[in-house]
Amino acid sequence: MSDISKNLQQQIVSACEEKRALRIAGGNSKTFYGNTVVGEAINISGHRGIINYAATELVITARSGTPLQEIKAALAEHRQMLAFEPPQFSDSATIGGTVACNFSGPRRAYAGAARDFVLGCNIINGKGELLSFGGEVMKNVAGYDVSRLMAGAMGTLGVITEVSIKVLPVPEIEITLAFECSARKALDDMHRWSRLPLPISASCYDGDRLFMRLSASENAVDAARKQMGGEKVAAAKDYWKKIREQQHAFFNSDKPLWRLSVASNAPPMHIDGKCLYEWGGALRWLESDESATEIRKQARAAHGHAILFRDMEGTANGEKFHPLSLGLQRIHKNLKTAFDPAGILNPGKMYPEL
Amino acid sequence: MSTLNTHAVDKQKLIKQLQHIMPARAVLHQREDLRPYECDGLSAYRELPLVTVLPETLEQVQAVLKYCYQHEIPVVARGAGTGLSGGALPHADGVLLSLARFSQIIDIDAERRIARVQPGVRNLAISQVAEKFGLYYAPDPSSQIACSIGGNVAENSGGVHCLKYGLTVHNIQQLTLLTIEGELLSIGGGGLDCAGYDLLALLTGSEGMLGVIVEVTVKLLPIPERAQVILAAFDDVAKAGAAVGDIISAGIIPAGLEMMDRLAIQAAEDFVHAGYPANAEAILLCELDGTNEEVSSHVAEVREILKISGATEVRTARDAAERALFWAGRKAAFPAVGRISPDYYCMDGTIPRKQLPHVLKTIASLSKEYDLPVANVFHAGDGNLHPLILYDANKPGELERTEEFGGKILELCVEVGGSITGEHGVGMEKINQMCVQFKALELSQFHAIKHAFDEKALLNPGKAVPTLHRCAEFGAMHVHKGELPFPELERF
Repeated sequence: MSDISKNLQQQIVSACEEKRALRIAGGNSKTFYGNTVVGEAINISGHRGIINYAATELVITARSGTPLQEIKAALAEHRQMLAFEPPQFSDSATIGGTVACNFSGPRRAYAGAARDFVLGCNIINGKGELLSFGGEVMKNVAGYDVSRLMAGAMGTLGVITEVSIKVLPVPEIEITLAFECSARKALDDMHRWSRLPLPISASCYDGDRLFMRLSASENAVDAARKQMGGEKVAAAKDYWKKIREQQHAFFNSDKPLWRLSVASNAPPMHIDGKCLYEWGGALRWLESDESATEIRKQARAAHGHAILFRDMEGTANGEKFHPLSLGLQRIHKNLKTAFDPAGILNPGKMYPEL
Repeated sequence: MSTLNTHAVDKQKLIKQLQHIMPARAVLHQREDLRPYECDGLSAYRELPLVTVLPETLEQVQAVLKYCYQHEIPVVARGAGTGLSGGALPHADGVLLSLARFSQIIDIDAERRIARVQPGVRNLAISQVAEKFGLYYAPDPSSQIACSIGGNVAENSGGVHCLKYGLTVHNIQQLTLLTIEGELLSIGGGGLDCAGYDLLALLTGSEGMLGVIVEVTVKLLPIPERAQVILAAFDDVAKAGAAVGDIISAGIIPAGLEMMDRLAIQAAEDFVHAGYPANAEAILLCELDGTNEEVSSHVAEVREILKISGATEVRTARDAAERALFWAGRKAAFPAVGRISPDYYCMDGTIPRKQLPHVLKTIASLSKEYDLPVANVFHAGDGNLHPLILYDANKPGELERTEEFGGKILELCVEVGGSITGEHGVGMEKINQMCVQFKALELSQFHAIKHAFDEKALLNPGKAVPTLHRCAEFGAMHVHKGELPFPELERF
């Protein structure tokens, strides 16, 4: 437990005065993600500790450097959880980094993303001002929703120092059903079931089989299982962990790993390589040597975008995220200026001009 | 406010120009034609706009914005005008841009569970059309029969099912926006997230300050197989509040969880005869939904919890008719209070739920101090409190006293860690309380965000975010613990 926000603030104030770029670092579990930042490290991992957790209020507030593990453990004691099921990728992952990257796991399509659960944030903007937005209540429409804007901004608008997150009860019971089928059939089934009031909490097609997780009371899960059929998976918890943490055999490859966020019912893409489907078809992991231009073209045609998630060779620096339209680029640059006029916070982490 | 107020607009020239953009019948400028637009749902604030326009095409809206941008004319966008915070209050020197004619449901994609709609589509109309696919749109503000989806996005509207199903921000996927320059932007995407910053979140609840929404893609959910309502009576509001925590601690997230206090119960009962226990200090309405099996087990569990929490009576609706009746009392709470008082003023604070007994006690003593009765209706699940202050606008000074009392309630919400507005927005109404909720640096950050979208400050000027000068003036009246708020500002 320690509060180093004054220290962090001081570092940012001097960097701003001297126009020195800062590279924001937490647990270093996600350094592979995004473009490389050249700058002096500002380390958040010392700023840690759970500040408030009231299980009956369904909210936890923690300093941003608090390890995700510590938060999950505190919640588990009260049979609660982070419903967006974030990946860790390493034991050192922090809650601040998780929110900054808006990383969400298998439950995302059914419960919401990290951004959906953010209730409030304290940040230090690029001028070194410590600001507080949102709060610990579920409903709050006072002022612009800066807290949610921080989710996924990768620190380019401000360093998150504290975050309040809505939490949910752990479901009474979870089972996973498996179905052998083609990708086309898997997409059809996921869509057919998602239109029915079934307690689905995760879905994944890994190339051979479709896995559907059900979470609810025991009788509800039983009833849904009868309706859906399939074969009950024995080590289901481990399966979803491997999907979430990218430890599943699919991810064991040297090829560039692309993350495609597309219309869920887009047909399987015609790209050389392997594809794993999550989130009812809306998230597709692609391992392929195909050109960025082609992959982005197909993602766009499927009403979505493509991120180069892991790039073993590191040749695509500066171009990992999907290009923005000119109009959006202008708004993004204006927002960057609004929060970080000197351009010192994680410059280039998302886009070269931010 | 900026220099805009003193900027003289040539009304005749403006009308002529607007009539070039759209048919003359879509440009209202006579006093009697403008009258229906002088206020929104908060009728205590009124102002006539210079002109009201009712465009029918995207190109017309675009042309209006381009013209206003070029000539520095303020623009206030308006949906159905049901907002409760004066967010659509016209600007005396500006154009009121009504989006009422954008009322088409463009497409429902049942497979992807989304609906593409124009901003003037009524909230309830989406669910009515989606019903044939077994789907519905979850956020259900009480005004859902009349309010439009564009306004819902602008205000980030909630409703009684927020705890489980979220607010508007959780239930939309894509927006098409026109900037003040008339540039068309597509925000969000066809997938569950999009490239770049989460502008979808930033724009939701931005109260028409950042752009004009011209299309919304909402997410739809499968209609739950079954919903059931339990009514519990308590002889003490604190016990009712604690019972809510007990239900949630048991791992159950009800679809709706509403509380009413004695005065609200009595008013509702006299009005709709919902069968509420008339001598209860508080009642809880707990709606459980989901699969048939799950609802059965949760109903049994919740009944048990409520009894242990000290409920004096627990009833489960026997059939759909009784369920509707239980809800009718709650849904009619506002008009019911309207029957027992010439006027009422609805507040919209949120608080951490555990603060409920303290907050209700303080409101009761303020009620004595101001000599104005208060009925409390509470979205108990998510901490959103709607105290209704009963007053008579015809009595001199009573509206002013009511507003001051209301302001005190909101400041109390902030003091206990809550917010001045849960779902109605800041608009014109709570502009002073924004100075209590936020520090000068945060307000400056909001102004910088506004500037990033609207550098000339033409969209809905003067709303949602107070100027620091306004706060300095307001703060002078409310010196907290001897500290001068906004000390960095010059006094005037």
